[in-house]
Amino acid sequence: MEVGEQLALLSAGVSGESFSSRLARFGLWPLRAQEVTTLQINITRQCNLHCRHCHVEAGAARQERMDHETLEQCLRIIETHDIRTVDVTGGAPELHPQLPWFLERMVRPTRRVILRSNLVILREPPYARYLDLLAHLGVEIVGSLPDYRHERSDRQRGQGMFAQAIEALRELNQRGYGREGSRLILDLVHNPCGAYLPGSQASLEREYRVRLRQEHGIVFNRLFCLTNCPVGRFLEFLRQSDNFEEYMHTLREAFNPAAAHNVMCRSMLSVGWDGRLHDCDFNQMLGLTVDSGAPTHLRDFDFPMLQRREIAVREHCFACTAGAGSSCTGATAT
Amino acid sequence: MAASYYETKDLADFPHIGEFAPEEAKRFFEYYAQATGPGKLTEREKTLIALAVATVRHCPYCIDAYTNKCLSLGVDNDEMMEAVHVGAALVAGDVLAHATQMRKIVKNKEM
Repeated sequence: MEVGEQLALLSAGVSGESFSSRLARFGLWPLRAQEVTTLQINITRQCNLHCRHCHVEAGAARQERMDHETLEQCLRIIETHDIRTVDVTGGAPELHPQLPWFLERMVRPTRRVILRSNLVILREPPYARYLDLLAHLGVEIVGSLPDYRHERSDRQRGQGMFAQAIEALRELNQRGYGREGSRLILDLVHNPCGAYLPGSQASLEREYRVRLRQEHGIVFNRLFCLTNCPVGRFLEFLRQSDNFEEYMHTLREAFNPAAAHNVMCRSMLSVGWDGRLHDCDFNQMLGLTVDSGAPTHLRDFDFPMLQRREIAVREHCFACTAGAGSSCTGATAT
Repeated sequence: MAASYYETKDLADFPHIGEFAPEEAKRFFEYYAQATGPGKLTEREKTLIALAVATVRHCPYCIDAYTNKCLSLGVDNDEMMEAVHVGAALVAGDVLAHATQMRKIVKNKEM
Protein backbone atom coordinates (compact mmCIF):
# COMPACT_ATOMS: atom_id res chain seq x y z
CA MET A 1 0.00 0.00 0.00
CA GLU A 2 1.34 3.46 -0.89
CA VAL A 3 2.26 5.74 2.01
CA GLY A 4 -0.46 8.24 1.09
CA GLU A 5 -3.04 5.47 1.06
CA GLN A 6 -1.87 4.27 4.48
CA LEU A 7 -2.14 7.74 5.97
CA ALA A 8 -5.58 8.24 4.43
CA LEU A 9 -6.79 4.92 5.79
CA LEU A 10 -5.44 5.71 9.25
CA SER A 11 -6.95 9.17 9.41
CA ALA A 12 -10.29 8.65 7.70
CA GLY A 13 -10.99 4.97 8.06
CA VAL A 14 -11.68 4.90 11.76
CA SER A 15 -14.37 6.61 13.74
CA GLY A 16 -13.72 7.91 17.24
CA GLU A 17 -11.49 10.29 19.11
CA SER A 18 -8.23 11.17 17.36
CA PHE A 19 -4.87 10.45 18.99
CA SER A 20 -4.11 14.14 19.42
CA SER A 21 -7.49 14.74 21.10
CA ARG A 22 -6.84 11.82 23.43
CA LEU A 23 -3.45 13.28 24.34
CA ALA A 24 -5.06 16.67 24.95
CA ARG A 25 -7.58 15.07 27.31
CA PHE A 26 -4.66 13.88 29.45
CA GLY A 27 -2.68 17.12 29.24
CA LEU A 28 -0.07 15.69 26.88
CA TRP A 29 -0.80 17.74 23.81
CA PRO A 30 1.31 18.86 22.08
CA LEU A 31 3.56 15.88 22.71
CA ARG A 32 7.15 17.04 23.07
CA ALA A 33 10.47 15.26 23.24
CA GLN A 34 12.10 15.47 26.66
CA GLU A 35 15.61 14.52 25.55
CA VAL A 36 17.43 12.55 22.87
CA THR A 37 19.33 9.72 24.51
CA THR A 38 18.96 7.23 21.67
CA LEU A 39 19.70 7.57 17.99
CA GLN A 40 18.02 4.82 16.00
CA ILE A 41 19.57 4.46 12.57
CA ASN A 42 17.82 2.54 9.84
CA ILE A 43 20.67 1.73 7.48
CA THR A 44 18.80 -0.39 4.92
CA ARG A 45 15.34 -1.57 4.01
CA GLN A 46 16.71 -4.66 2.37
CA CYS A 47 16.07 -7.92 4.21
CA ASN A 48 16.55 -11.64 3.67
CA LEU A 49 13.05 -12.23 5.11
CA HIS A 50 9.62 -11.03 4.03
CA CYS A 51 7.63 -11.01 7.29
CA ARG A 52 3.87 -10.58 7.12
CA HIS A 53 3.74 -7.99 9.90
CA CYS A 54 6.74 -5.88 8.81
CA HIS A 55 6.02 -2.14 9.05
CA VAL A 56 9.14 -1.45 6.95
CA GLU A 57 7.85 -3.74 4.18
CA ALA A 58 11.40 -4.92 3.98
CA GLY A 59 12.50 -7.64 1.58
CA ALA A 60 15.17 -8.83 -0.79
CA ALA A 61 14.11 -6.44 -3.55
CA ARG A 62 14.41 -3.25 -1.50
CA GLN A 63 17.33 -1.12 -2.62
CA GLU A 64 17.31 1.68 -0.04
CA ARG A 65 20.65 1.77 1.73
CA MET A 66 22.47 4.49 3.67
CA ASP A 67 25.44 5.84 1.69
CA HIS A 68 28.92 6.35 3.07
CA GLU A 69 28.58 10.09 3.49
CA THR A 70 25.41 9.70 5.58
CA LEU A 71 27.01 6.98 7.71
CA GLU A 72 29.89 9.40 8.35
CA GLN A 73 27.40 12.13 9.26
CA CYS A 74 25.82 9.78 11.80
CA LEU A 75 29.21 9.03 13.33
CA ARG A 76 30.09 12.73 13.55
CA ILE A 77 26.83 13.46 15.34
CA ILE A 78 27.25 10.56 17.76
CA GLU A 79 30.80 11.71 18.54
CA THR A 80 29.95 15.33 19.12
CA HIS A 81 26.71 14.99 21.12
CA ASP A 82 25.68 13.31 24.34
CA ILE A 83 23.94 10.36 22.70
CA ARG A 84 24.25 7.39 25.02
CA THR A 85 22.59 4.71 22.93
CA VAL A 86 22.87 3.93 19.24
CA ASP A 87 20.31 1.48 17.88
CA VAL A 88 21.07 0.12 14.42
CA THR A 89 18.15 -1.34 12.53
CA GLY A 90 16.75 -2.13 9.08
CA GLY A 91 15.62 -4.25 7.14
CA ALA A 92 18.40 -6.59 8.03
CA PRO A 93 21.29 -4.26 8.92
CA GLU A 94 23.74 -7.12 8.36
CA LEU A 95 23.04 -6.78 4.61
CA HIS A 96 24.68 -3.36 4.55
CA PRO A 97 28.28 -4.00 3.43
CA GLN A 98 29.63 -1.19 5.59
CA LEU A 99 28.06 -2.38 8.84
CA PRO A 100 31.30 -3.87 10.29
CA TRP A 101 33.16 -0.61 9.70
CA PHE A 102 30.22 1.42 11.05
CA LEU A 103 30.02 -0.63 14.26
CA GLU A 104 33.77 -0.59 14.82
CA ARG A 105 33.81 3.17 14.47
CA MET A 106 31.02 3.79 16.96
CA VAL A 107 31.71 1.31 19.75
CA ARG A 108 33.03 2.96 22.91
CA PRO A 109 33.08 1.68 26.50
CA THR A 110 30.66 4.42 27.56
CA ARG A 111 28.24 3.93 24.69
CA ARG A 112 25.49 1.37 24.34
CA VAL A 113 25.37 0.03 20.80
CA ILE A 114 22.42 -2.15 19.81
CA LEU A 115 21.96 -4.18 16.66
CA ARG A 116 18.44 -5.32 15.73
CA SER A 117 18.76 -8.68 14.01
CA ASN A 118 16.23 -11.08 12.59
CA LEU A 119 18.69 -13.80 13.76
CA VAL A 120 18.00 -15.95 10.69
CA ILE A 121 20.55 -14.01 8.67
CA LEU A 122 23.30 -15.00 11.10
CA ARG A 123 22.90 -18.55 9.76
CA GLU A 124 23.60 -17.53 6.17
CA PRO A 125 27.27 -18.16 5.33
CA PRO A 126 28.27 -14.64 4.22
CA TYR A 127 26.89 -13.17 7.44
CA ALA A 128 27.88 -15.80 10.01
CA ARG A 129 31.08 -13.77 10.56
CA TYR A 130 28.94 -11.29 12.48
CA LEU A 131 28.59 -13.79 15.32
CA ASP A 132 32.24 -13.30 16.28
CA LEU A 133 32.43 -9.66 15.31
CA LEU A 134 29.44 -8.64 17.43
CA ALA A 135 30.77 -10.57 20.42
CA HIS A 136 34.21 -9.02 19.96
CA LEU A 137 32.76 -5.51 19.87
CA GLY A 138 30.32 -6.17 22.72
CA VAL A 139 27.37 -5.01 20.63
CA GLU A 140 24.01 -5.72 22.25
CA ILE A 141 21.70 -7.85 20.16
CA VAL A 142 17.96 -7.43 20.03
CA GLY A 143 16.75 -10.48 18.16
CA SER A 144 13.31 -11.01 16.65
CA LEU A 145 11.54 -14.15 17.79
CA PRO A 146 7.81 -13.49 17.40
CA ASP A 147 6.84 -16.65 19.28
CA TYR A 148 8.49 -19.46 21.23
CA ARG A 149 6.69 -22.03 19.10
CA HIS A 150 7.68 -22.65 15.52
CA GLU A 151 4.11 -22.78 14.13
CA ARG A 152 3.21 -19.22 15.05
CA SER A 153 6.64 -17.83 14.40
CA ASP A 154 6.82 -19.43 10.96
CA ARG A 155 3.34 -18.19 10.06
CA GLN A 156 4.72 -14.70 10.38
CA ARG A 157 8.25 -15.10 9.05
CA GLY A 158 8.16 -18.07 6.70
CA GLN A 159 8.52 -21.82 6.86
CA GLY A 160 11.64 -23.03 8.66
CA MET A 161 12.69 -19.59 9.90
CA PHE A 162 12.06 -20.42 13.55
CA ALA A 163 14.50 -23.34 13.42
CA GLN A 164 17.13 -21.07 11.84
CA ALA A 165 16.61 -18.42 14.52
CA ILE A 166 16.98 -21.06 17.24
CA GLU A 167 20.27 -22.21 15.70
CA ALA A 168 21.50 -18.61 15.62
CA LEU A 169 20.53 -18.17 19.28
CA ARG A 170 22.47 -21.32 20.13
CA GLU A 171 25.53 -19.88 18.39
CA LEU A 172 25.13 -16.61 20.28
CA ASN A 173 24.78 -18.43 23.60
CA GLN A 174 27.98 -20.35 22.80
CA ARG A 175 29.77 -17.02 22.48
CA GLY A 176 28.46 -15.87 25.85
CA TYR A 177 25.44 -13.89 24.67
CA GLY A 178 22.52 -13.96 27.09
CA ARG A 179 24.42 -15.92 29.73
CA GLU A 180 24.29 -14.93 33.36
CA GLY A 181 27.29 -12.83 34.34
CA SER A 182 28.28 -12.20 30.73
CA ARG A 183 28.70 -8.67 29.39
CA LEU A 184 27.11 -9.75 26.12
CA ILE A 185 23.44 -8.82 26.12
CA LEU A 186 20.90 -10.77 24.13
CA ASP A 187 17.32 -9.51 24.28
CA LEU A 188 14.45 -10.99 22.34
CA VAL A 189 11.44 -9.37 20.73
CA HIS A 190 7.95 -10.82 20.82
CA ASN A 191 5.13 -9.48 18.75
CA PRO A 192 1.67 -10.96 18.30
CA CYS A 193 1.15 -13.19 15.28
CA GLY A 194 -2.18 -11.60 14.41
CA ALA A 195 -4.67 -8.84 15.16
CA TYR A 196 -4.44 -8.84 18.94
CA LEU A 197 -2.34 -7.10 21.57
CA PRO A 198 0.62 -8.60 23.40
CA GLY A 199 -0.04 -9.88 26.90
CA SER A 200 1.87 -8.98 30.02
CA GLN A 201 5.59 -8.79 29.31
CA ALA A 202 6.46 -10.47 32.62
CA SER A 203 4.14 -13.39 31.90
CA LEU A 204 5.39 -13.87 28.34
CA GLU A 205 9.02 -13.52 29.38
CA ARG A 206 8.53 -16.29 31.94
CA GLU A 207 6.96 -18.51 29.29
CA TYR A 208 9.71 -17.78 26.74
CA ARG A 209 12.40 -18.42 29.34
CA VAL A 210 11.00 -21.79 30.40
CA ARG A 211 10.14 -23.03 26.90
CA LEU A 212 13.35 -21.92 25.22
CA ARG A 213 15.48 -23.40 27.97
CA GLN A 214 13.56 -26.69 28.22
CA GLU A 215 12.96 -27.28 24.54
CA HIS A 216 16.08 -25.76 22.98
CA GLY A 217 18.59 -25.05 25.77
CA ILE A 218 18.51 -21.33 24.91
CA VAL A 219 19.02 -18.49 27.40
CA PHE A 220 18.52 -14.77 26.95
CA ASN A 221 18.43 -11.58 29.00
CA ARG A 222 15.09 -9.86 28.52
CA LEU A 223 11.99 -10.16 26.40
CA PHE A 224 10.55 -7.03 24.82
CA CYS A 225 6.87 -7.19 23.89
CA LEU A 226 5.96 -5.03 20.91
CA THR A 227 2.47 -4.17 19.78
CA ASN A 228 2.03 -4.54 16.03
CA CYS A 229 1.75 -1.04 14.61
CA PRO A 230 -0.86 -0.52 11.88
CA VAL A 231 1.72 0.51 9.28
CA GLY A 232 3.08 -1.25 6.20
CA ARG A 233 2.32 -4.94 5.76
CA PHE A 234 0.54 -5.22 9.08
CA LEU A 235 -1.87 -2.48 8.03
CA GLU A 236 -2.44 -4.33 4.76
CA PHE A 237 -3.12 -7.53 6.71
CA LEU A 238 -5.63 -5.70 8.93
CA ARG A 239 -7.43 -4.34 5.91
CA GLN A 240 -7.48 -7.58 3.95
CA SER A 241 -8.59 -9.67 6.93
CA ASP A 242 -11.30 -7.13 7.80
CA ASN A 243 -9.72 -6.54 11.21
CA PHE A 244 -8.75 -2.89 10.77
CA GLU A 245 -11.70 -1.22 12.53
CA GLU A 246 -11.72 -3.65 15.42
CA TYR A 247 -7.96 -3.50 15.91
CA MET A 248 -7.96 0.31 15.96
CA HIS A 249 -10.89 0.21 18.38
CA THR A 250 -8.96 -2.21 20.62
CA LEU A 251 -5.91 0.08 20.56
CA ARG A 252 -8.06 3.09 21.49
CA GLU A 253 -9.85 1.25 24.28
CA ALA A 254 -6.51 0.16 25.71
CA PHE A 255 -5.06 3.71 25.75
CA ASN A 256 -2.90 4.12 28.84
CA PRO A 257 -1.87 7.69 29.80
CA ALA A 258 1.19 6.36 31.66
CA ALA A 259 2.35 4.66 28.47
CA ALA A 260 1.64 7.86 26.52
CA HIS A 261 3.81 9.78 28.96
CA ASN A 262 6.69 7.35 28.41
CA VAL A 263 6.50 6.86 24.63
CA MET A 264 9.89 6.20 23.06
CA CYS A 265 9.75 9.16 20.67
CA ARG A 266 10.20 11.47 23.66
CA SER A 267 13.73 10.22 24.15
CA MET A 268 14.86 8.96 20.75
CA LEU A 269 15.37 10.17 17.23
CA SER A 270 15.10 8.01 14.14
CA VAL A 271 17.38 8.44 11.12
CA GLY A 272 16.34 7.11 7.74
CA TRP A 273 18.62 5.59 5.09
CA ASP A 274 18.60 8.95 3.29
CA GLY A 275 19.61 10.95 6.39
CA ARG A 276 16.16 12.33 7.05
CA LEU A 277 15.10 12.64 10.68
CA HIS A 278 11.92 11.14 12.09
CA ASP A 279 10.29 10.80 15.50
CA CYS A 280 10.26 7.00 15.22
CA ASP A 281 10.69 4.15 12.74
CA PHE A 282 6.92 4.00 12.14
CA ASN A 283 6.78 7.68 11.17
CA GLN A 284 9.80 7.03 8.98
CA MET A 285 7.91 4.36 7.04
CA LEU A 286 4.94 6.73 6.68
CA GLY A 287 7.23 9.41 5.26
CA LEU A 288 6.62 11.72 8.24
CA THR A 289 9.76 13.66 9.03
CA VAL A 290 10.36 15.59 12.23
CA ASP A 291 7.93 18.46 12.19
CA SER A 292 7.29 21.84 13.79
CA GLY A 293 10.36 23.71 12.72
CA ALA A 294 13.02 21.26 13.93
CA PRO A 295 15.59 20.23 11.30
CA THR A 296 14.48 17.37 9.11
CA HIS A 297 17.87 16.12 7.91
CA LEU A 298 21.14 15.07 9.55
CA ARG A 299 23.05 17.83 7.73
CA ASP A 300 21.03 20.45 9.66
CA PHE A 301 21.30 18.63 12.99
CA ASP A 302 20.42 21.00 15.81
CA PHE A 303 20.57 19.08 19.06
CA PRO A 304 18.86 21.55 21.45
CA MET A 305 16.00 22.06 19.02
CA LEU A 306 15.56 18.33 18.44
CA GLN A 307 15.63 17.64 22.17
CA ARG A 308 12.55 19.81 22.64
CA ARG A 309 10.81 19.18 19.33
CA GLU A 310 7.12 18.60 18.99
CA ILE A 311 6.38 15.02 17.98
CA ALA A 312 4.37 14.37 14.81
CA VAL A 313 1.49 12.09 15.78
CA ARG A 314 -1.15 10.24 13.77
CA GLU A 315 -3.64 7.48 14.53
CA HIS A 316 -1.04 4.66 14.37
CA CYS A 317 0.46 6.17 17.54
CA PHE A 318 -2.30 4.45 19.53
CA ALA A 319 -0.19 1.28 19.13
CA CYS A 320 2.54 2.66 21.40
CA THR A 321 0.11 3.76 24.11
CA ALA A 322 -2.05 0.63 24.37
CA GLY A 323 -2.01 -1.41 27.56
CA ALA A 324 1.43 -1.56 29.10
CA GLY A 325 2.75 0.50 26.19
CA SER A 326 5.08 -0.53 23.43
CA SER A 327 8.50 0.66 22.37
CA CYS A 328 11.67 -0.70 20.78
CA THR A 329 12.58 -1.83 24.29
CA GLY A 330 9.20 -3.32 25.10
CA ALA A 331 6.58 -2.19 27.60
CA THR A 332 6.79 1.38 28.87
CA ALA A 333 4.30 1.29 31.74
CA THR A 334 3.40 -1.20 34.45
CA MET B 1 -33.59 -0.81 19.38
CA ALA B 2 -30.62 -2.92 18.30
CA ALA B 3 -31.20 -5.82 15.92
CA SER B 4 -29.70 -8.29 18.38
CA TYR B 5 -29.48 -8.58 22.16
CA TYR B 6 -25.78 -9.43 21.83
CA GLU B 7 -23.61 -6.96 19.95
CA THR B 8 -19.80 -7.00 19.69
CA LYS B 9 -19.55 -3.39 20.77
CA ASP B 10 -21.40 -4.21 24.01
CA LEU B 11 -18.17 -5.72 25.35
CA ALA B 12 -16.73 -2.21 25.56
CA ASP B 13 -19.65 -1.29 27.81
CA PHE B 14 -18.57 -3.74 30.50
CA PRO B 15 -16.55 -1.14 32.46
CA HIS B 16 -19.74 0.94 32.68
CA ILE B 17 -21.93 -1.62 34.41
CA GLY B 18 -21.64 0.47 37.55
CA GLU B 19 -23.71 3.25 36.02
CA PHE B 20 -26.68 2.69 38.32
CA ALA B 21 -24.80 1.06 41.21
CA PRO B 22 -21.25 2.47 41.38
CA GLU B 23 -20.27 1.16 44.80
CA GLU B 24 -21.25 -2.43 44.03
CA ALA B 25 -19.46 -2.20 40.68
CA LYS B 26 -16.32 -0.84 42.30
CA ARG B 27 -16.22 -3.78 44.68
CA PHE B 28 -17.02 -6.22 41.90
CA PHE B 29 -14.17 -4.95 39.72
CA GLU B 30 -11.72 -5.09 42.61
CA TYR B 31 -12.78 -8.67 43.24
CA TYR B 32 -12.68 -9.48 39.51
CA ALA B 33 -9.15 -8.14 39.15
CA GLN B 34 -7.96 -10.01 42.23
CA ALA B 35 -9.62 -13.26 41.21
CA THR B 36 -8.40 -13.27 37.60
CA GLY B 37 -4.96 -11.74 38.15
CA PRO B 38 -1.80 -13.73 38.88
CA GLY B 39 -1.63 -15.38 42.30
CA LYS B 40 -0.53 -18.88 43.21
CA LEU B 41 -1.79 -19.70 39.74
CA THR B 42 -0.22 -17.83 36.86
CA GLU B 43 -2.16 -15.33 34.76
CA ARG B 44 -1.91 -17.82 31.92
CA GLU B 45 -3.48 -20.66 33.93
CA LYS B 46 -6.27 -18.43 35.18
CA THR B 47 -6.98 -17.20 31.67
CA LEU B 48 -7.43 -20.78 30.44
CA ILE B 49 -9.81 -21.48 33.34
CA ALA B 50 -11.74 -18.33 32.43
CA LEU B 51 -11.96 -19.43 28.80
CA ALA B 52 -13.35 -22.83 29.82
CA VAL B 53 -15.93 -21.20 32.09
CA ALA B 54 -16.83 -18.67 29.38
CA THR B 55 -17.63 -21.43 26.88
CA VAL B 56 -19.56 -23.47 29.44
CA ARG B 57 -21.56 -20.37 30.35
CA HIS B 58 -22.06 -19.52 26.65
CA CYS B 59 -20.99 -15.92 27.30
CA PRO B 60 -20.00 -14.35 23.95
CA TYR B 61 -18.35 -11.37 25.63
CA CYS B 62 -16.18 -13.53 27.86
CA ILE B 63 -15.32 -15.91 25.01
CA ASP B 64 -14.18 -12.91 22.94
CA ALA B 65 -12.25 -11.34 25.82
CA TYR B 66 -10.54 -14.51 27.00
CA THR B 67 -9.72 -15.90 23.56
CA ASN B 68 -7.94 -12.63 22.85
CA LYS B 69 -6.25 -12.73 26.23
CA CYS B 70 -5.10 -16.31 25.60
CA LEU B 71 -3.62 -15.24 22.26
CA SER B 72 -1.94 -12.26 23.91
CA LEU B 73 -0.37 -14.48 26.53
CA GLY B 74 0.98 -16.88 23.91
CA VAL B 75 -1.44 -19.71 24.68
CA ASP B 76 -1.55 -22.06 21.74
CA ASN B 77 -4.72 -23.05 19.90
CA ASP B 78 -4.51 -26.67 21.02
CA GLU B 79 -4.10 -25.57 24.64
CA MET B 80 -7.24 -23.43 24.34
CA MET B 81 -9.11 -26.37 22.84
CA GLU B 82 -7.93 -28.62 25.70
CA ALA B 83 -9.35 -26.12 28.18
CA VAL B 84 -12.66 -26.07 26.30
CA HIS B 85 -12.74 -29.89 26.44
CA VAL B 86 -12.30 -29.73 30.22
CA GLY B 87 -15.43 -27.57 30.32
CA ALA B 88 -17.25 -29.89 27.92
CA ALA B 89 -16.30 -32.97 29.95
CA LEU B 90 -17.45 -31.33 33.16
CA VAL B 91 -20.78 -30.44 31.58
CA ALA B 92 -21.18 -34.00 30.24
CA GLY B 93 -20.20 -35.39 33.64
CA ASP B 94 -22.66 -33.10 35.34
CA VAL B 95 -25.47 -34.35 33.05
CA LEU B 96 -24.51 -37.98 33.45
CA ALA B 97 -24.13 -37.67 37.22
CA HIS B 98 -27.78 -36.60 37.31
CA ALA B 99 -28.68 -39.93 35.76
CA THR B 100 -28.19 -41.17 39.32
CA GLN B 101 -31.44 -39.40 40.26
CA MET B 102 -33.20 -41.06 37.33
CA ARG B 103 -31.76 -44.48 38.24
CA LYS B 104 -32.72 -44.10 41.89
CA ILE B 105 -36.32 -43.25 40.97
CA VAL B 106 -36.54 -46.07 38.46
CA LYS B 107 -35.24 -48.57 40.96
CA ASN B 108 -37.61 -47.31 43.59
CA LYS B 109 -40.65 -47.47 41.35
CA GLU B 110 -40.11 -50.67 39.42
CA MET B 111 -41.27 -53.98 40.75
